Amino acid sequence: MDSSQLFGIAMIAYILAAAFYLGLFLFKMERFGLIGMLLAVAGTCAQTVAIGLRWHESYQMGVGHAPLTNMYESLVFFAWCTACFYLALEYRFKTRIMGAFVMPCVAVAMAYASFADRIDSRISPLIPALQSNWLIAHVVTCFIGYAAFAVAGALGVMYLLKQSAENKPQHTNRNMTDALPSLPVIDDLTYKTIVFGFMWLSAGIITGAVWANEAWGTYWSWDPKETWSIITWFLYALTLHARFTRGWRGRRIAWLAMLGFVAVFFTYFGVNFFLSGLHSYGSA
Amino acid sequence: MTTQKKNALFDLFASVQLALFLLFLLASTSIVGTIVPQNNPFTFYVERYGFKTARFFQLLDIPDMYNSWWFLGLLTLFALNLIVCSIERIPQAIRQFRRDVLAVSSEQLEKFPLRSELHLAGEMPVVAGRVATLLKRHGWHAKEGSADPGRIYGAEKGKWSRFGLYVVHCSILVILAGALLGSSAVAHKVFGDPLFAFKGSVMLPEGEQTDHVYAHKGNERLDLGFALHCDDFSIAYYDNGMPKTYRSKVTVLEHGAPVQTTEIEVNKPLTYKGVTFYQSSYQPYQDYQATLKKKDGSAETTARIPVAQQIDWPEGGVSYGIINRERQGEVTRQLKIWFTDGRGEPSVFWVHADQEAAIERPSGTYLLTIRQRYATGLQATKDPGVELVYGGCLLMLVGLYIAFFLSHRRLYVLVQPEEKGCRLLFAGDANKNRVGFERYFLQLISKLDNETK
Ligand code: HEM
Repeated sequence: MDSSQLFGIAMIAYILAAAFYLGLFLFKMERFGLIGMLLAVAGTCAQTVAIGLRWHESYQMGVGHAPLTNMYESLVFFAWCTACFYLALEYRFKTRIMGAFVMPCVAVAMAYASFADRIDSRISPLIPALQSNWLIAHVVTCFIGYAAFAVAGALGVMYLLKQSAENKPQHTNRNMTDALPSLPVIDDLTYKTIVFGFMWLSAGIITGAVWANEAWGTYWSWDPKETWSIITWFLYALTLHARFTRGWRGRRIAWLAMLGFVAVFFTYFGVNFFLSGLHSYGSA
Repeated sequence: MTTQKKNALFDLFASVQLALFLLFLLASTSIVGTIVPQNNPFTFYVERYGFKTARFFQLLDIPDMYNSWWFLGLLTLFALNLIVCSIERIPQAIRQFRRDVLAVSSEQLEKFPLRSELHLAGEMPVVAGRVATLLKRHGWHAKEGSADPGRIYGAEKGKWSRFGLYVVHCSILVILAGALLGSSAVAHKVFGDPLFAFKGSVMLPEGEQTDHVYAHKGNERLDLGFALHCDDFSIAYYDNGMPKTYRSKVTVLEHGAPVQTTEIEVNKPLTYKGVTFYQSSYQPYQDYQATLKKKDGSAETTARIPVAQQIDWPEGGVSYGIINRERQGEVTRQLKIWFTDGRGEPSVFWVHADQEAAIERPSGTYLLTIRQRYATGLQATKDPGVELVYGGCLLMLVGLYIAFFLSHRRLYVLVQPEEKGCRLLFAGDANKNRVGFERYFLQLISKLDNETK
């Protein structure tokens, strides 16, 4: 068995998990949630092994490096981080239904990594700029942050959905969102997730700056990727301050969590495809 | 300026509204520089956006917007905001920090959101002693005071975590200060010493040395005070043709005497006397260095040779030349060599650059190595602010951790005598993670409860 087969298995597990979580959300069958969770755990395990195996394979090819170096590998890692982060959250806060909002993102990321034409899944050697120990520290910290922000964005969607259902007259599909956690609980989770992500994004930006200084002699050169990461950081700083100094809650924070994820998405994805700069390796 | 006006200005800068507004402005204006390519000549913008727009861009410094007056102005306002905001709040935070934990009345305790009552049998001193032991065992160093009636125990943890946010804010100022200290513009205009902080570069051909570099801004010549000699530059490739390493072997010279020989690679810079040299580019020359020797060691020569020119080596009795090349861009990968010792047919063969070829001829075996000549492009940077920036970054991470994950918790126990035994009032308060603290609080109380049963 090689890593690409295992990644395929993980992808299928995530897609099924997403389907079952959605089933839980739509039909309120507890068993669906349980199956979804087990599938998500299975997918995460398979993917963990696959990532390790790919790492090992790169050494066998004589170009050994951590599997975090191109768009394919980073998407896969993003999916993995998000799945892990979500499962930890589910375990800690016992809110299985959130999977209906998060798992589809994981499944889409994996499927996109596997099937998109512009994404090359081959293991390739490291260009000189990427040959650094900071690579791992930088990518891992950034992606834990991104994963948290993805979950926060999903929570934002969940909040708005539930709120709009509650505002509607009784008869509409109100009971669909009944099983979701109460609004204050979603709000609190969104906030906590953003705080967690902010911490890691800060660490990601800092490790990136240290690395840039090591490789290029400038810790900050305002290239588009750097700039977008700081834009994202400003946005979340704004969100947090609005919350703890202006008392913003609920709806506004939900919107900001979604807007923040749009910025994360652009930082991670958009910059590679729409703008050019030092980080262009990602478009390979 | 009247004091009222002064206060209005002070209040503005102490306000979080301004902070939110500035964060929003910084985030949204930063987008511009990621869409409009930066640091191109004026003609580039004219071609791309038309003359009028280009002039407008020029007016607003858009082509170098992150160093523009208005963007730096925004950052300055942001820093001022942070400073004033801190000046206003820190004294209050210190006052709060200094406040005696026992400075609460029993009436206040009765109104704490988190409280729980317990009735225990036993005399006051016994029960009070038990409470004191419980608190101590769980790491609460309680102060004891008297209430009317009864006694009050008060303890707190993580009091200093209230300063976490000031650590974060301060760290931002430290980073900005480090950035200023390392800025070449500040070195120029404030310190009047371009050598204090600079970014420059130099293109150094193999076998040559330099004692200066050229600044990126304004192309000014910067004298290093020592010299750098490029011994050798080489590129290594992976099997699939991708570059694997760019490596410059350099020697540092002080007053003409070598002091240090090092290899510089991407991600492996050399720092000497505060100046750091980075491998940043290279320039292949279209001539070559040939090393030719007889295998028996009787003769050897090196020559700098161009393409398509016959080179004679009378001492070795041979003539040779490069008659063709296979190139990737400017970089020569293989060379076709013509070689004769005047006896029989000339040898014609391909050889990889940098690899030794053995040539069997009637007159003996010759060893030939052809190397392309390169210049190495080194970036030279002096940034005395970088330690400050790194320190600020570390401070920020520590501060964020404190601000987000540690909390100031207070715990009180009021012990009052009753007809039969004592009444205990537990009250607690945490400035963050109240849910977690509540769980802990109830557990702690149940411990005392269990012990007595
Ligand atoms: C992007 C830069 C900034 C970052 C990363 C940042 C970070 C933080 C953090 C981590 C906290 C602690 C939150 C908590 O304890 O729950 C905080 C609180 C605070 N920040 Fe900032 N801050 C920034 C900019 C500013 C600015 C410019 C101001 C200027 C007024 C400001 C005003 C405040 C205030 C007043 C609080 C206290 C909130 C409270 O506990 O009531 N911040 N900030």
